[in-house]
Amino acid sequence: MSKDWPLWEVFVRMRGGLSHKHVGSVHAPDGELAVRHARDVYTRRLEGVSLWVVKSADIVASDPAQAGPLFEPAESKVYRHPTFYDIPDVVKHI
Amino acid sequence: MYTPELGKPGAAAPVSRRGEARAFVAAVAARVAADEFIEPKDWMPEAYRRTLIRQISQHAHSEIVGMLPEGNWISRAPSLRRKAVLLAKVQDEGGHGLYLYCAAETLGASRDEMTEALLAGKAKYSTIFNYPTLTWADIGAIGWLVDGAAIMNQVPLQRTSYGPYARAMVRVCKEESFHQRQGFEIMMAMANGTPEQKEMAQDALNRWWWPSLMMFGPPDADSPNSAQGFRWRIKRDSNDDLRQKFVDITTPQAEFLGLTVPDADLRWDADRGHYDFGAIDWEEFYAVVRGEGPVAKERMEARREAWEDGAWVREAADAYEAKRQARAAA
Repeated sequence: MSKDWPLWEVFVRMRGGLSHKHVGSVHAPDGELAVRHARDVYTRRLEGVSLWVVKSADIVASDPAQAGPLFEPAESKVYRHPTFYDIPDVVKHI
Repeated sequence: MYTPELGKPGAAAPVSRRGEARAFVAAVAARVAADEFIEPKDWMPEAYRRTLIRQISQHAHSEIVGMLPEGNWISRAPSLRRKAVLLAKVQDEGGHGLYLYCAAETLGASRDEMTEALLAGKAKYSTIFNYPTLTWADIGAIGWLVDGAAIMNQVPLQRTSYGPYARAMVRVCKEESFHQRQGFEIMMAMANGTPEQKEMAQDALNRWWWPSLMMFGPPDADSPNSAQGFRWRIKRDSNDDLRQKFVDITTPQAEFLGLTVPDADLRWDADRGHYDFGAIDWEEFYAVVRGEGPVAKERMEARREAWEDGAWVREAADAYEAKRQARAAA
């Protein structure tokens, strides 16, 4: 059995107004230490103003092998995009 | 960077039905050829996974062992400024090792196994770190030449086919640029200093030049893994091409410093538009690869000592978390 500490995924908010973005992972026995490790590993050059850590095992992900069927419904519904509709050029601001 | 704990991507491979497996392999090859990225949970051929784990973990080990030759000069840095810079650089190398271990872990390698392989002397790392750092000028030469060569090797890897590896390389390359510049700054200070200092700078260049050229790996003709590496886009430029590029870029920098590259055959070839340079002693390279480098043993002893000396910290962190969980349960 692996003696590794649990793995945590690290998310950094670059600056106010932006979402947290995944940057990598760290091993740590608990969340508090995971934040400390994340700070040392991923923010040595003012890369962020806020950190999230989430246990990797707690992340549920979609299956890439099923990406086709999963996202196909979005692909076939072109009428969800504004360019689907033909409006004469003389009509402005629309 | 994703994690093996998200599920083992290999599990879905139709190993028993060989025809389908071949179709999968061809599909992945086509994606790679189209400059698409392969991500952790995607199906991938076993050979691709194994090759990447080997390459990324060796790369990670190199960063970790790479802290040692410079780390032993932190306490002897000639000024507070140099000391702060060197500390930051060595910390970066540790960080680079961690980015890369993370990337290898997304392929199913465990951190524990990688650490154990390194400490047991079973893992390979860049041969360059098995040379000693004898004077302060060596710290300049390492930044300038060794980090310079590393950058040249790593820049193309930012577009390598495995997403987590490519992303780790983007971060690493961004940070390495400071490493090379601080090294060159040390060389400028030494080369323009007292005659003794200039002599130290020349001596450092003499000792680090050839090992730096060897960092690009064996000549293309003797590089058995290259073809496969190109096919999988794990490798993007040939060893000899990168080596030539390094010589072309570095030679004028040595001239600027007023130092002499230790190669009697080095001369500009106007027809080729490149520098010609002398033969490399590949016997030395293979000896160092076999672990016969001047300080190979000391390096591993230093790693083991650091790991063992840190055991109480790891145990304390575990004990604290166990206590916290027990309290929460009560």
